[in-house]
Amino acid sequence: MRSGWVPVDAVMLEARATVLAKRSFKTDAKRTAHDLVIACMDLTTLEGTDTPNKVRGVCARGIAPAPGVPSVAAICIYPALVAVAVEALAGSSVKVASVATAFPSGLSPLDVKLREAREAVDAGAAEIDMVIDRAAFLAGRYDLVSAEIAAVRDACPDATLKVILEVGELGSFAAIRHACDLALAAGADFLKTSTGKIGSSSTPAVALLMCEAIRDFAHASGRAAGLKLAGGIRTSKAALGYVSIVHETLGTAWLQPQRFRVGASSLLDDVLMQREKDATGNYAGPAYVAQA
Amino acid sequence: MRAVIPELTYAPAPESTAPVTLRESYGLFVGGEWVAPEGAATFATFNPATEEKLAEVGYAEAVDVDRAVRAARRGYEKYWRKLRPAERAKYVYRIARALTERSREFAVLETMDGGKPIREARDFDVPQAAAHFFYHAGWADKLAWAVPGAERARPLGVVGAIVPWNFPLLIAAWKIAPALACGNTIVLKPAETTPLTALLLAQVCAEAELPPGVVNIITGDGRTGEALVEHPDVDKISFTGSTEVGKGIRRATAGTAKRLSLELGGKSAFIVFDDAPLDQTIEGIVSAIYFNQGHVCCAGSRLLVQESVAAEVVERLRARIATLRHGDPLDKNTDIGAINSRAQRDKIVELVQSGVEEGAVLVQAEWTAPARGYWYPASFFTNVQPTYRIAREEIFGPVLSVMTFRTPDEAIERANNLPYGLSAGVWTSSGALSMYAAARLQAGVVWCNTFNQFDPSSPFGGYKESGFGREGGLAGLRAYLAT
Repeated sequence: MRSGWVPVDAVMLEARATVLAKRSFKTDAKRTAHDLVIACMDLTTLEGTDTPNKVRGVCARGIAPAPGVPSVAAICIYPALVAVAVEALAGSSVKVASVATAFPSGLSPLDVKLREAREAVDAGAAEIDMVIDRAAFLAGRYDLVSAEIAAVRDACPDATLKVILEVGELGSFAAIRHACDLALAAGADFLKTSTGKIGSSSTPAVALLMCEAIRDFAHASGRAAGLKLAGGIRTSKAALGYVSIVHETLGTAWLQPQRFRVGASSLLDDVLMQREKDATGNYAGPAYVAQA
Repeated sequence: MRAVIPELTYAPAPESTAPVTLRESYGLFVGGEWVAPEGAATFATFNPATEEKLAEVGYAEAVDVDRAVRAARRGYEKYWRKLRPAERAKYVYRIARALTERSREFAVLETMDGGKPIREARDFDVPQAAAHFFYHAGWADKLAWAVPGAERARPLGVVGAIVPWNFPLLIAAWKIAPALACGNTIVLKPAETTPLTALLLAQVCAEAELPPGVVNIITGDGRTGEALVEHPDVDKISFTGSTEVGKGIRRATAGTAKRLSLELGGKSAFIVFDDAPLDQTIEGIVSAIYFNQGHVCCAGSRLLVQESVAAEVVERLRARIATLRHGDPLDKNTDIGAINSRAQRDKIVELVQSGVEEGAVLVQAEWTAPARGYWYPASFFTNVQPTYRIAREEIFGPVLSVMTFRTPDEAIERANNLPYGLSAGVWTSSGALSMYAAARLQAGVVWCNTFNQFDPSSPFGGYKESGFGREGGLAGLRAYLAT
């Protein structure tokens, strides 16, 4: 075990996560959890094809996904589209979140990354989703990883800073836990699992591991950081599994947009359909859910 | 729209009992038929979570035991020993498939009759039981490979099996599957408080058109078991249960030709070194002592934790048991169900009282139990000295005794310092230390950085007063063969 690393063992981590991810939500619990997932959602579009009109559509959907449905927490987009989203979301509760620091690879010069983050904030982004430098992490240069997070933190002190670990590239649960601990110590407001741009992203075990890091950090420092799960969460059922993991590891105080986010592009469709089924008993299908 | 979302609490999520059709009363399954006991005596079986009667079952006396053993002997001589091994395998596979197809029914019934959480019955007991039938079916025509050097692996004849109430279906499967695959016939007696899944299994055997007498299931109490043990035409006794009864069986079978396997009690050590992955260790502890309300023979009921991390482990465990979900065993979100019987609950209460009186400090999950049913909250003791009763006697409930050690050798010495030796857990980030400890622990199974891992291909059994003979794997198979 490398010094300073918290040991993690896969077998019981996965066993516990599996139990939590299979909790059963019925009646009121299901309704509450569906609304919670929507209210904690970072509705995302991160494509090379994103145009201003596409982003306006996503924003409109985020403000009012369907009649009687809460707004999402934020719209997550590329920096070049921040100004469009700010205008489209004016007057609503929905925040603008921008990815930054050479998303998704993180492999640009530091000054470029810092400028990107600063300009996103200047354009009106309230939240910055930065990626860590996985190349530095895998090379064992944890000092560089920490310093870069701290530099972004300094560059946009008033923004909510979400630190994307890209867990699928770190190699082991113990490495993920160490990345969590580095990011929390360097000032992350949220730990975020993944860019969503690689195959392996959020899993129940990873979510549990990150909750444990956040819990231990809150215990040691008194500061409550949040968790953002992103990448591959497409179904309501999967999302509710993550709600259970947060609920039973961090407690209900974490089940609010200030401390819990689910980043997704298509999840909202399924939650709306399940919500409708729950309310009416009928599963109407995708044609009855307005797309962006 | 700014959301006003209520605080999340899980709503009740009860598993439906619709798949289960209970009969009002059950006879004995003897010679492929349902028969009434000679004396026509019956007893009731209850749901321990509600104290409601589920059914009346037949009470087998010595005369009924004799009838069952004779049916098993006939089944052996007339059908089973003559059958080609590959044909035997087909029947065993058939049972395995039926268990899989009717898994929901078996799981719900197991929970209703025994009080264990449906999550465990559904995810552990029933799939494991089916796995044992699948695994052993595969062995039926390959037995020569199980016993290298032997010209022919022959069955023993009639097996008498007595199973406990903690894993009623699973442990029945542990015994029936290898017995049948090896060419034996069997008389099985389920525990008095949990006969129903064994009786459903009898139904499955009938529907699988197993030849008459190959599997016989008789219900009763300790005296029924005694009659089975003492029956002169039984070739092997396989018993899982308490050490006290096991000792009696060993005495009763001494000087006879009967073979014997005993899987008995335990007070297994769960050793936590200072470099252990603590979050997973806590989950391991929860599995070790709170799985099935601690009604587990290999439960890790003694926590030996290195002094330097003891305070942290205790604090984390205290926080963790507060999140365990006690209550209705049929609720899919329940972690801790009902205690199996009033007698068992009373035994737990008595031993916990002794711990308090001897000076240990009791920590319990806060939970108000329903007025009806038998319950006990997740508990652990700190300030336990190795001389206390709670450190030496099997509680068989959700009660853990926490003790400390300073060096690896001290941990091993303390772990071995009991007449039991069923399982042990070793928690460390050092592979070398795992191996060092595992090689020195007197336990039938040592789990490293995990606990309660079972597989039909892996033998399970004890050292010392935890019994002898193995179940599962090659060693378990040989226990049903004359070699």
